[in-house]
Amino acid sequence: MSNYILECKNLTKTFGPVKAIDQVTLKIKEGCIVGLLGPNASGKTTLIKLCNELLTPTSGEIYIGGLKPGVETKKLVSYLPEKTYLNDWMKVADIIDFFQDFYADFNKEKAYDMLKRLSLNPGDRLKTMSKGTKEKVQLILVMSREARLYLLDEPIGGVDPAARDYILQTILANYDQRATIIISTHLISDIETILDHVIFLKEGRVVLSKAVDEIREESGKSVNSLFREVFKC
Amino acid sequence: MPWELRSDRPIYTQLIEKIEQKIYSGVYPPGTKIPPVRELAQEASVNPNTMQRALARLEEIGLLYTHRTSGRFVTEDTALIKQLKNRLVQEQVRDFLEKMQQLGFGRDEILTAISKIMEENKDE
Repeated sequence: MSNYILECKNLTKTFGPVKAIDQVTLKIKEGCIVGLLGPNASGKTTLIKLCNELLTPTSGEIYIGGLKPGVETKKLVSYLPEKTYLNDWMKVADIIDFFQDFYADFNKEKAYDMLKRLSLNPGDRLKTMSKGTKEKVQLILVMSREARLYLLDEPIGGVDPAARDYILQTILANYDQRATIIISTHLISDIETILDHVIFLKEGRVVLSKAVDEIREESGKSVNSLFREVFKC
Repeated sequence: MPWELRSDRPIYTQLIEKIEQKIYSGVYPPGTKIPPVRELAQEASVNPNTMQRALARLEEIGLLYTHRTSGRFVTEDTALIKQLKNRLVQEQVRDFLEKMQQLGFGRDEILTAISKIMEENKDE
C-alpha cells in the first residue's frame, strides 16, 4: 500500500464547456492536515466530490489509499459535505445511532463527548437548530469516525469566531496523527496555524502545493497574505 | 488559552522559542516532565505534527530528552540551560543595540535611557 492517502494524475472534470478540474496532479501523504484553498468556483468542492465518487472523472486518475474511489474507499473516508443531507426531523441522538449503524468506525462515545464540549443537547431536533449549530453537529458526526481521510468541505463557514476556535480545538483533540484531514475553506487566517500543507486551486488548476512553514520561511508571509497576493483580483 | 503565534513566521520555530522560554523562566524546571505532544498542541492550538517537530528540534539541541516509556523531560543539565539562556540574552541585547544605533542613539545615551527606565519601573 502506498504512503499517499490521495493521489491524482492528470485529473480532469468538465461540465459541458467548463473545466472544473483541469489536469490536476498531486499527492497527499498520510498523517497531515491539508488546506484546500481557492476563491469561489476554483474547483475545491469538485475535487472533494471526485474523491468521494459523487462525481466521476472526465479523464485522468484518482486514488484513495491506492484504490479507485468506490465502496472500499468510502470506509476510509469521512466526508463533510457543504450541504446537509440529514433529515431535520431527527434528533441528534437518533442521528448518532444512525451513524453507528452505518459506519463500522463510528465512535459513539467520542460523539457524545464532543456534543458535551460544545454544549449541544442530544435530545434536540435538527429542525430547531440554527445554521451554525447544525454545522457543529455535522462536524461532530464526521469527526467521530475513525477514518483515514477526512474531507471537510467548508466546515466552519456558518460558525461564529469564538466557536470556530473551539471547533478547531475539537478537531485537533480528536485527530489521530496517522489520519489526514483535507479542509476546504476561504477562511484561511482562522485555520492556518493548524495546517501542515496547503494547496491553492485556481480555475481548476493547482497553482501551489507546499508545506505551510516552508511558505512562511521562504516568503516571510502568512498563508493568508500569500493567498491574497496569488488571487489578487 | 492558545499561545500567541504570528502567521508570517514558521510556526515550529515559534513553538521552539515559546518552549525555550518556559524552560528558561522555570515554568518547566530542569528534570520535570513536560505535557505530551497532543496536550501541548491543543494548548497552543497547533497541529500535533508541528508540535512534534518543535519538540524533536529541542531534543536535538539537548534541552529535552525522551524517556522511552514515560515521556519527555526537561534536561537536568543546568549548565546547558544557562549557556543557551546566555546566548539568547546576547542575541536579544545585540538586536536591541542595533536598533538603537539605527535610531541614532550613542552608547551613553542608551545606557542612560536604560537605567532611567529601569529606575522608573522599579517604583511600579
